[in-house]
Amino acid sequence: MPSDTAAITDQLAPSAQNVSWGWVNPWTIGTAVIAGLAIMPIAAIVWIAAAPGEAIWSHLASTVLPGYIFNTLVLMLGVGAGTILIGVASAWLVSTCRFPMQTMFEWAMLLPLAMPAYVIAYVYTDIFEFAGPVQEVLRDLFGWTSKRDYWFPEIRSLGGAISMMTLVLYPYVYLLSRAAFMEQSVGVLEASRVLGRGPWGSFFSVAFPLARPAVVIGVSLVMMETLNDFGTVDFFGVATFTLGIYDVWLNMNNVTGAAQLALTLLIFVIVLVLAERFARAKKRYYVSSGKYQPLPRYQLLGPAKWLAVAVCAAPVLLGFILPVAVLGFYASAHLNQFTNSDMLRFAGNSILLSTLAAILAVLIGTFMAYGIRLRGEKLLKTIVRIASLGYAVPGSVLAVGVLVTLGALDNSIDGTMRRSFGISTGLLLSGTIVAVTYGYLVRFLALSFGSVEASLTKVTPNMDGAAKSLGHGPLSTLRRIHIPMIKGGLATAVILVFVDAMKEQPLTVILRPFDFHTMATIVHEFASDEQIGEAAPAALAIVAFGILPVILLSMAIRHSRPGHSQG
Amino acid sequence: MLTYNNNKALKTTVLVLGLASIMATEAVMAKAEEVKLYSERQPFLMKPLLEAFTRETGIKVHMVYLKKGMVERLRAEGANTPADLILTADIGNLHNHAKAGLLQKSSSPILQANIPAKFRHPDGLWYGLTSRARVIFAHKDRVKPGEVTSYADLAKPHMEGRVCVRSGKHMYNISLLASIIAAEGEAAATEWARGLKANLARRPQGNDRAQVKAVYHGECDVVLANTYYMGKMATNEKSPVQKKWAASANLIFPNQAGRGAHVNISGAGITSHSKNKAGAIKLIEFLSGHVAQKIYAEGNFEYPVKAGVALHPIVASWGSFKADAAYLSKIAEQRALAAKIMDRVRFNN
Repeated sequence: MPSDTAAITDQLAPSAQNVSWGWVNPWTIGTAVIAGLAIMPIAAIVWIAAAPGEAIWSHLASTVLPGYIFNTLVLMLGVGAGTILIGVASAWLVSTCRFPMQTMFEWAMLLPLAMPAYVIAYVYTDIFEFAGPVQEVLRDLFGWTSKRDYWFPEIRSLGGAISMMTLVLYPYVYLLSRAAFMEQSVGVLEASRVLGRGPWGSFFSVAFPLARPAVVIGVSLVMMETLNDFGTVDFFGVATFTLGIYDVWLNMNNVTGAAQLALTLLIFVIVLVLAERFARAKKRYYVSSGKYQPLPRYQLLGPAKWLAVAVCAAPVLLGFILPVAVLGFYASAHLNQFTNSDMLRFAGNSILLSTLAAILAVLIGTFMAYGIRLRGEKLLKTIVRIASLGYAVPGSVLAVGVLVTLGALDNSIDGTMRRSFGISTGLLLSGTIVAVTYGYLVRFLALSFGSVEASLTKVTPNMDGAAKSLGHGPLSTLRRIHIPMIKGGLATAVILVFVDAMKEQPLTVILRPFDFHTMATIVHEFASDEQIGEAAPAALAIVAFGILPVILLSMAIRHSRPGHSQG
Repeated sequence: MLTYNNNKALKTTVLVLGLASIMATEAVMAKAEEVKLYSERQPFLMKPLLEAFTRETGIKVHMVYLKKGMVERLRAEGANTPADLILTADIGNLHNHAKAGLLQKSSSPILQANIPAKFRHPDGLWYGLTSRARVIFAHKDRVKPGEVTSYADLAKPHMEGRVCVRSGKHMYNISLLASIIAAEGEAAATEWARGLKANLARRPQGNDRAQVKAVYHGECDVVLANTYYMGKMATNEKSPVQKKWAASANLIFPNQAGRGAHVNISGAGITSHSKNKAGAIKLIEFLSGHVAQKIYAEGNFEYPVKAGVALHPIVASWGSFKADAAYLSKIAEQRALAAKIMDRVRFNN
């Protein structure tokens, strides 16, 4: 029997460290400064939106706006529901049950994370469209000759877009739910079992409510990614709000209107986040004991065992193995199109940028999450929330915000230097990899901050109090207490940012220096000319470089569970 | 950033120094004459052309390929922009840059000789480098000769359920609709868009090649696509199935009895704050010259703007055609309206 007792504190926490650090301390000031830097590009978009421009709203409202809203909502709900279903179910199975290949699924479930949504969309269109092999075989089998003879679901549709995005985005929910299930103390689940709850009952009445904050963070990341997507909905011709933003911007040549639409989207995201917070009310769950031991797993038998295998295998097969096989087939004809040195250089750029972004994003995210924990002023919290909204802004629009911010900074430095010293400094940051990295950090702050914050909130504030009473300052407490306890969350943050940065297109394309390519920009270059075969080797490389960290991540999480031994 | 142990501090220092050295290297390398461009045309396409230019002139060329945000990048960089010129794949983008005041006037006897007046801005704000027509691909058997000869035919009742097109919001279709607005007015263009929408065999989707693929597979009989895709598909050794798609369709130049087929250009313009205007002009002169025009024609199946440059045999096999003579800037002016008309008729729904 477990010797620990874990308590669920269902009340407002003693505001983390209500204790006496004032506003003027490096954590608070640092957090505010970093948040300010991250807000600048969003502020630039507000500035663009406020500029005089042709009014776009009455035209949109009377024509396509209702459709944009409908499509966007359905897409978000569909992908949200799909990713919760797959992500939570598979996370629960691999964390608490025993069934064939369960240890393999622990990491394999993450593989689709490395697959860009726009790539999987191309692959599945080739397979399932009218001209694809599936429908061809069906026509041959049943003697159908034309489209009018039968019904087949249209892949380039809202449903298709939901399926594609669900397949590659569910790992966010899986990752965060799994971390949450593993961090749950055995005692809670034991108590639930002792009190007569079966596996289902324990899941719905104890484990899921405890994991809810993590699941919510996972799903909000998924939804923000969904809102952000351009490649998939463009290829499928699904008129979402994001597509509308690009249409107003590029076809109607109205960047002001586009910025206004983008901000509307942001407000929508804010409302969504607030609604969830309100629904969760003031409940906070803490695990108050540090004692753990491996969770006894539910041994699945008979059909249940194979159902569990199917539930875990299907998303991996569809979201990773099949598309990789198809890409490999395409790539085989195009392997010689780059010299090895070019390919290595592009891969090197991808890895350099992604590593830089991952490390910096997690340092910053940790700093901010801890800054808030130390002094949870409403104002500071609000600023940080706004700062992490970059994830929900369509990439190219955010890139424009970064362009404007850095352009203004560079040109004002240049102007000052010219006036004062007669020297022109030109553009110091614009068009450098600093600009690209800045864009990544603004974009991915939500990932790093979110993961770290999710882990930190589960550490009971009593820990901080105890450390303080033993004479440790905030830095020492962070290093000795929090970081060891949230290692899993930190690893998650590093890898999520790394893998997402590997796949990132619009910011890289728009902000990059001259003659600078990454794997993702190579894919973009060929895919934009309808040359999927030529894009395949680089797409595969993105996937390949994404897999390794994903597997490392899974191992890190496995070993991060407090009290976890081998097996 | 706060560093909380020496190891971290060291790493941060290394990182900062690394970034600084990358920037410093760029500064040192800016010695030899060079031209910098923002390009909407892909690097793989431009590479042979730019290498030939460097061989001939010794001028190095650096580029950033970007499709969206070029106007915004130039605007944000202002007077300090490193870019000397822009390359675009469509008149719309050239026009938008010119309208935003991001391009400067230029003139050169060579450019005037190489590029016909209809393909360049009267003050030299932009220059067309290649042209392509937006044409109809019709299935060889299922579409009878004479059944479809104009854009208008695509919107007539006899084509119901037989037409495929990509998104109505794609720039190629926007430009085509803009050309119809320029020629026939807003009301007629709206009617056309509505009629075309009513005839679609499927919701607008996929890219230009996907439309021809749909013809091959019997999903539709006629589609709209740009001329060069026919050449690219007909010669695709790496994906030979595309040859079959191309072979299943005839290329029909629309409106030959009327105002002619809609033609768009790829082109170039010199930025207002170019640091090397002379070099930029040299590059445009080179790109409009015989050698480069031949590379464009052979590598990308486009129509050269320079007279006397041979077409690719496949392109030549389609025969000569009458092009819409409307001035391209006039058409580009109508793009925003075209996008709105697509909204009004709910083309993509």
